[in-house]
Amino acid sequence: MDIKNIKNSVDPKFFKEHQESLYDALEDKHTTVEILDDDDPLNTKMVLNMGPQHPATHGVLRLVLQLNGELIEKAKLDIGYLHRGIEKIAENKTYQEFMPYTDRTDYLSPYSNNVALCTAVEKIANVEVPERAHYIRMIGCELARISSHLLWLGTMVQDTGAVSFFLWSFREREKIYDIFDHIGGHRFTISHARIGGVANDLTDDALAMIKDFVSDFPQELKDFHGLLDRNRIFFDRNRGVGVLPTERALEIGATGPTLRGSGYAYDIRDFAPYARYDEVEFEVPSRLEGDNLARYYVRMEEMHESIRIIRQCLDKLPKGPVRADNAKQAYPSKDEVYYSMEGMIHDFMMTDTGICPPEGSESYHSIEAPKGELGYFIQSDGTGHPWRLGIKSPSYANLQALEDMLDGEMVADTVIMIGGVDPVMGDSDK
Amino acid sequence: MDMELSETLQTVVDGLSDEYSDQLIDVYQSSGDTFVRVEPEAIVEICKFLKNDHHFIYLADILGADRFTSQERFEVIYNLVSLRNRERLFVKVWLEEEEPTVDSITDVWKAASWHERQVYDMFGVRFNNHPDMRRIYMPEDFDYYPLRKEFPLLGIPGSIDLPSSTPDTE
Repeated sequence: MDIKNIKNSVDPKFFKEHQESLYDALEDKHTTVEILDDDDPLNTKMVLNMGPQHPATHGVLRLVLQLNGELIEKAKLDIGYLHRGIEKIAENKTYQEFMPYTDRTDYLSPYSNNVALCTAVEKIANVEVPERAHYIRMIGCELARISSHLLWLGTMVQDTGAVSFFLWSFREREKIYDIFDHIGGHRFTISHARIGGVANDLTDDALAMIKDFVSDFPQELKDFHGLLDRNRIFFDRNRGVGVLPTERALEIGATGPTLRGSGYAYDIRDFAPYARYDEVEFEVPSRLEGDNLARYYVRMEEMHESIRIIRQCLDKLPKGPVRADNAKQAYPSKDEVYYSMEGMIHDFMMTDTGICPPEGSESYHSIEAPKGELGYFIQSDGTGHPWRLGIKSPSYANLQALEDMLDGEMVADTVIMIGGVDPVMGDSDK
Repeated sequence: MDMELSETLQTVVDGLSDEYSDQLIDVYQSSGDTFVRVEPEAIVEICKFLKNDHHFIYLADILGADRFTSQERFEVIYNLVSLRNRERLFVKVWLEEEEPTVDSITDVWKAASWHERQVYDMFGVRFNNHPDMRRIYMPEDFDYYPLRKEFPLLGIPGSIDLPSSTPDTE
């Protein structure tokens, strides 16, 4: 392939201009260190398009890799194949109406996204959330973290060559889905959080299921550790792959386990505690190596910490209401709606107009989602719709780090590095 | 205006008003977050100052916003984090509607690259000296900037036809 003029040797069939500028950008990257052999007799250089329909790219991620033999000389990522204009949609919805859309951003941990939006709206609109709701949210968020990390574990281990592991980690995820089913009536896109609290209280069934899960899961985790920690194949495939030194990780804006695996314990739960994270004890695991193996250990330890947090939440779970009792700030309970006129009117007003933050106010609130810092920036014009709602998505930041990491790695490790960074395209593409 | 700045943020604001009194336009708080509005020309210098002298070593995000005003319509918001002092600071610039341009801060934080591309893609704000100024979500062939307020939710010229909004009478 003609590396110097990639554009001439490919003939894109769709979005011609877009493809051409992408290849241009690939040609231009690192122009200073560029020394290309005019005669490449073994024809070892090629441009490899990976994705967007590649099963191992975890969604619709497209990588354009320029290879020299098996070495990636430089790489460019092309994202946006799942761009749905969520931020634009948000400007035309009330805050509560928009909440189900957040389920579909990072679709592996819907609960965290709901909580992220609700806490951001509560911050800008000054809504007090009852104690019990905080604890229920924390339980939900930590379950979502375990669920997300389990999917990462299953797919990442599959990427390194172990197929059956995927089924075991999914067996555990299935239990979490059942719990969510009992909590909010949905297995996947749960939409359980509400502005001012949560939709409904935990039932005894749900509580019992959570308790069962919390007591059984550590043993499963131990088995996972037993299988992987000293597994020669897994070890060799991950150690020293995709190394991201601490300074580099901070410079490129990596977040979540990717940053913590690189040696900086930046966790919003600890950095700026929300909900009641300041009242439970937990560690922020971090590793210094910055390679894929470090990310593996960080995520595994995070699951341990999540279980620890859920246990403390179950112990501390206070009694009381689960939603703010203020008709201007939160939906009234269904009992009120069905049996009183005022309740009916308030419910209608909340649906029609919704909560109106003060005019001209703006705020940013972030939570620690499983993938990293997930923040919502809201500017209000005093109506029930946000004037501007910006999402700081963790996968986006981590994909940028991935683009940086890929240069100089082996092509066979690409898939593992994608798995290690754990991007969700719904999250990064918005 | 009354402000309740934490000790470290007070130092930052004092430092900014000492060093860049001409470029500093406004400092205000909203819902507990601190915002600093500066002249667009000085953004790179101020970012360097914040990074080197006040330990804002982590750039979390860059956001665009459309104020939809006749003057200084576009807004770019830089979300900076000081890991050492556990503080967050928002730096803002306002840009004119005609060809909004501001200097890129990719030299200060490499992380700015994709975030600036996103602002360009969504609002059409161009960043000078950016190493790779391409759209990030939309294809290059796309003619519009979707998050501008005049962009409609439905019915972009060139897209597929909308379903008929009137019921079929037959």
